[in-house]
Amino acid sequence: MKIGVLVKQVPDTETKIKVLDDGSGIDENGVKFIVSPYDEFAIEEALKTKEANAGSEVTVASLGPSRCVESIRTALAMGCDKAIHIDDEGSGPDSYVTAKALAKVIGDQGFDVVFCGKQAIDDDMGQVPQLVAEFLAWPQVMILENLEISEGKAKATRRVSGGAKEVYELTLPAIFGCDKGLNTPRYASLPGIMKAKSKPVETLKISDLKGDANNKLEYSNFRMPPEKAPGKVLSGEVGDQVKELVRLLREEAKVL
Amino acid sequence: MLNFDLTDEQEMLRKTIRDFAEKEIKPVRQKLDESETFSIELTQKMGQLGLFGMQVDPKYGGQGLDSLSYCLAVEEIARVDGCQAATVAAENALGIMPIYRWGTEEQKEKYLPKLCSGEQLWGFGLTEPEAGSDAGNSKTRAVLKDGHWVINGAKIFITNAANELTGGVTVQAVTGGDGDQKKEISCIIVEAGTPGFTAREMHHKLTWRSSNTAELYFEDVKVPESNLLGSRGKGFPMMLSTLDSGRLGIAAMGVGGAQGAFEAALEYAKVRQTFGKPICKHQAIAFKLADMAVEIEAARNLLYKACWLKDQEKPFEKHASMAKLFASEVMNRVVNHAVQIYGGYGLMEEYPVAKFFRDQKLLEIGEGSSEVQRIVISRHLGC
Repeated sequence: MKIGVLVKQVPDTETKIKVLDDGSGIDENGVKFIVSPYDEFAIEEALKTKEANAGSEVTVASLGPSRCVESIRTALAMGCDKAIHIDDEGSGPDSYVTAKALAKVIGDQGFDVVFCGKQAIDDDMGQVPQLVAEFLAWPQVMILENLEISEGKAKATRRVSGGAKEVYELTLPAIFGCDKGLNTPRYASLPGIMKAKSKPVETLKISDLKGDANNKLEYSNFRMPPEKAPGKVLSGEVGDQVKELVRLLREEAKVL
Repeated sequence: MLNFDLTDEQEMLRKTIRDFAEKEIKPVRQKLDESETFSIELTQKMGQLGLFGMQVDPKYGGQGLDSLSYCLAVEEIARVDGCQAATVAAENALGIMPIYRWGTEEQKEKYLPKLCSGEQLWGFGLTEPEAGSDAGNSKTRAVLKDGHWVINGAKIFITNAANELTGGVTVQAVTGGDGDQKKEISCIIVEAGTPGFTAREMHHKLTWRSSNTAELYFEDVKVPESNLLGSRGKGFPMMLSTLDSGRLGIAAMGVGGAQGAFEAALEYAKVRQTFGKPICKHQAIAFKLADMAVEIEAARNLLYKACWLKDQEKPFEKHASMAKLFASEVMNRVVNHAVQIYGGYGLMEEYPVAKFFRDQKLLEIGEGSSEVQRIVISRHLGC
């Protein structure tokens, strides 16, 4: 099988985000970047699929600036075989343009199956995989909880609200958005890390892939959420506190 | 031109081992320590990650890493648990390295792949009940008779040598020289299960309670003559050279352990309040934390320089001794401050600094005590 994984590089979840003074974006200075955590489940699922299907190959693709290659190396160290880096050429593509370019690459590669995280943890758009599937006219299942693949068919389970589950049977090729709980991502082993540097990484340019697609989304500015006002602690006898609380909820918070 | 950047591979290695230590070791370190349990499961997981045979050629199943990468790995494990770091450092430097450096092709092919994968562990039998720093005083004897070595004697404090993964030990024995003659010392391979060879796990330790420490007994243990490791009579220089490299691992344990204790103390000092503010806002505590940070940084730089010298194939022995001496004593001061910052809670095992405090002490004793390091360094100075 030809297996594809889409990976996005995002700021570390422990990073303290700072907005640039002019509000045009976030200050990347000193920010540590990581593979988006949901994408790690996608990498693991791709590797498991490879191990279950002899002769398979996993290609990891990432779209973004040149620093993305670090995340690509992590995926290669975990066991992916080769990689494609799509240089965004500083163009700041939105989900639509990103999906157009990725769909072109996926189509050209002739993947049988593509895995990605259910969403990236930076902008949380959660729409690139669905758009890619649409452009390729492929079936897709997002928030994947379980997957069985055999003989060109897949049985995919996803969680829906209220604890219910939906089970889909579909024909490959298809794209799957992976969620926590699907698997336990492996560690990049030391031999894996050493092998990663000699695995091939092909670089493509977004301008050659997106066709005539242009951003549909424009960012006007970024700002931090307003500081939360300090809370109020009531004191005194319990009865008086209750009366005061009700008065505050009615008169100040105006929720009663 | 000075450059302190790690390579991409070294950065990735540090991250992957930190993740592993946080997720796999941290949740069980306390329980294993309390029950003095050497964890086979954790050891095998470390093997799968590639933590054994880190500096061995990949053709024998190793990872082919440089000394700095090796020390980064040991440092990151020691930041979470000195016991597991001990398993890793002893295995790489003492169990595997002598076989890799001095083994015949046949010996290397026979033992290294299983040791590098973590399927087996190997001990290095040097210290004896009455010969530690004075290793030349070894009493264990091996006599060559009819194509076999017959070994008699005992060893003590041998890491990784008495558990179900132990494949065998390299034992240092007197093979000649009596009375006024200079002793001839050689290294001999003894596989686990050889009749007359007993390994007993040692318990009730102050330090490294979940690492595997063994007493070894040899009673007419008979092994083929071909089990000689390296040249006959070269045991002493082989041992000294093994310890020179091993010191880097101990230094890395000092840096990592100090870092772990420091982070715990800093975190606590920001949360614990006295007199209406976090204790890190009191100068008495803030200055301790500043001193700890400075000393750890200095120890780390000395260690990395020693690694760099070794990786550049320059003389590194003096710096390795300096790094071992300094890092282990820095950790002593850091854990002392860390317990002080925790106050009464620092004395309780349910808080992390008590274990760092106990695990530190070995570093000033093992693989050449601090006193021996000062002898080594002073000799390099021409004293």
